[in-house]
Amino acid sequence: MEKKILFKIKALYRDDFRVSGFSFGSGEKAVCIVGSMRGNENQQLYCCSQLIRKLKELEAKGRIHEGKEILVVPCVNPYSMNIKKRFWSIDNTDINRMFPGYDEGETTQRIAGGLFEAIKDYVYGLQFASFYMPGRFVPHIRVMKTGFEDVELAKKFGFPYVVLHTPRPFDTTTLNYNWQVWETKAFSVYTTFTEEIDRASARQAVEAVLNFLRKTDTIDYDGFEGYVSKVVSTEEMVTVRNRTAGFFEGKTGAGEHVRKGQVLAYIADCYEGNVTDEICSPTDGTILFTHAEPRVYQNTAVYKIIPEKDEW
Amino acid sequence: MIETVVKVDLPVDEMLQIRKMRLQPENGGNGRRISIVTGIHGDELEGQYVCYKLSDYIRKNMKYLAGTVDVYPALNPFGIDSITRGIPAFDLDMNRIFPGNTEGDMNEYLAAQIVRDAAGSDLVFDIHASNIFLTEVPQIRINELHADSLVPYAREANVDFIWIHGASTVLESTFAHSLNAAGTPTLVVEMGVGMRITQAYGDQLFAGIVHLMKRLGIWKGEDFDVRTPIVSADNEDVGFLNASTSGIFLKNVEHGAVLKKGDLIGRIVNPLTGTVADEITSPADGWLFTIREYPVVSEGSLLGRILYGKENSV
Ligand SMILES: [Zn+2]
Repeated sequence: MEKKILFKIKALYRDDFRVSGFSFGSGEKAVCIVGSMRGNENQQLYCCSQLIRKLKELEAKGRIHEGKEILVVPCVNPYSMNIKKRFWSIDNTDINRMFPGYDEGETTQRIAGGLFEAIKDYVYGLQFASFYMPGRFVPHIRVMKTGFEDVELAKKFGFPYVVLHTPRPFDTTTLNYNWQVWETKAFSVYTTFTEEIDRASARQAVEAVLNFLRKTDTIDYDGFEGYVSKVVSTEEMVTVRNRTAGFFEGKTGAGEHVRKGQVLAYIADCYEGNVTDEICSPTDGTILFTHAEPRVYQNTAVYKIIPEKDEW
Repeated sequence: MIETVVKVDLPVDEMLQIRKMRLQPENGGNGRRISIVTGIHGDELEGQYVCYKLSDYIRKNMKYLAGTVDVYPALNPFGIDSITRGIPAFDLDMNRIFPGNTEGDMNEYLAAQIVRDAAGSDLVFDIHASNIFLTEVPQIRINELHADSLVPYAREANVDFIWIHGASTVLESTFAHSLNAAGTPTLVVEMGVGMRITQAYGDQLFAGIVHLMKRLGIWKGEDFDVRTPIVSADNEDVGFLNASTSGIFLKNVEHGAVLKKGDLIGRIVNPLTGTVADEITSPADGWLFTIREYPVVSEGSLLGRILYGKENSV
């Protein structure tokens, strides 16, 4: 393992801002794995730390294939992590809205640009990502439809679901999108949590990444074979919204199978406690995402359900 | 008359309302309409003064009003109330969610209702105030996709500068882009600085708005003379000055300064060591239409923008 500094900025009163990378094996730039990019992405940071620990062991046993290099970047934004701020310390910009970056631009454009320069030539790019809405997910692989996406490859993680996502305007400045533009096969790995660390889903994610490394001929690894992934596009997913604002009392969690008409959650009045809305499932299916905050605004997407297709 | 554009119930004993002032002659007017919109970014307050001044002026001179004037002073009331640029609780830039979605979440719903309400105006002003970091001369920014329809209005708006910039996918989710794409001409004004009000700029833009109301047949009263703006349609002639290092920026000139090549714009100093880390000089003759206001800079922070060319002086 070699630790390298991929990008650095000198600060006025703080220690240097550093983006560090951990490199395993040598040769072709095979796989790059990026972790936390926002200051609240603890789970993503944790996943990378576990992956680095595992890759160190595998490297010591000579299990990384000759002529292949793996790079892990556990954190792109230590400054925000250390002050517990989600976005960039001074101007609140999001590094994951700055790709491909610009080396003569604003600070976060330079960070994105410096990182991208170091990671854009890898064959495969994986990012432990978080969703813009707070909530819990069934672990899944997300692939952006750019024309360069590779769904068959996404199945190699052995996750239960592969979610195909059509980019919206703001997605065009994310790492995942730009990796694909530069012809890196890119995948986002979603686990259940973001701010809290969940060891079980982190372990599952690390296993999935190791599985992927094995199936792409990068390492020898004797691990869990994984699931036969189901591919679902975001357009197929059923979004369930609450009609009233209030306390959110979820009755079902991410990953659960639900039947049409089943009560998923109640909304209760914040002052008087009476139930103001009963949220029922409009379909048979599996819950991919659930809202996970105590209160909820009107018409929030509190559940995303993968509908059951007729088997044949 | 104050009207509610959209309202939603909040979880704890509060109703979120986005409101506007509709000014109209008693007979309903001639059907022509101008909309003045501001406060998408909660830390940009220059538009507050313009809304107040315009509304006050028209209400005192109602007999000259021939059409409709809609004044929307606060599209992001939570942001204005909490000194937050984006939408608090969502960490979301409101100017990245348009045109919204009536079936979507609260913010998408608000955005969609705002667009529905403002659409169909003969002209819309969307007034911004840069941000807390930069001070700007009064200017109108136009996406090149909409230049043909917007530049004729912008020339009459009494601003100093019209900047026609390249199209970008990210900007497709702005309020102005959504309305322009739907055929409602919308001018984006940037002037002054965040968290402050520069009354002289507000007065200047006010005169431009009244002038355009006159041109649109909405106003029968007094007209104001407007200045001739500099128009830049070539992205090559705008230069960006970014900090070469982190430190405290001390400006040596004000925005609007006419510069000769080599003129000192400012210094980046280090108070810990008591030294100058960098001196920023003008790379060529030009006009400094943006300057850094907020002193703390890190490597890459924008310090100023220059329109090159010595003929470019107001
Ligand atoms: Zn703004």
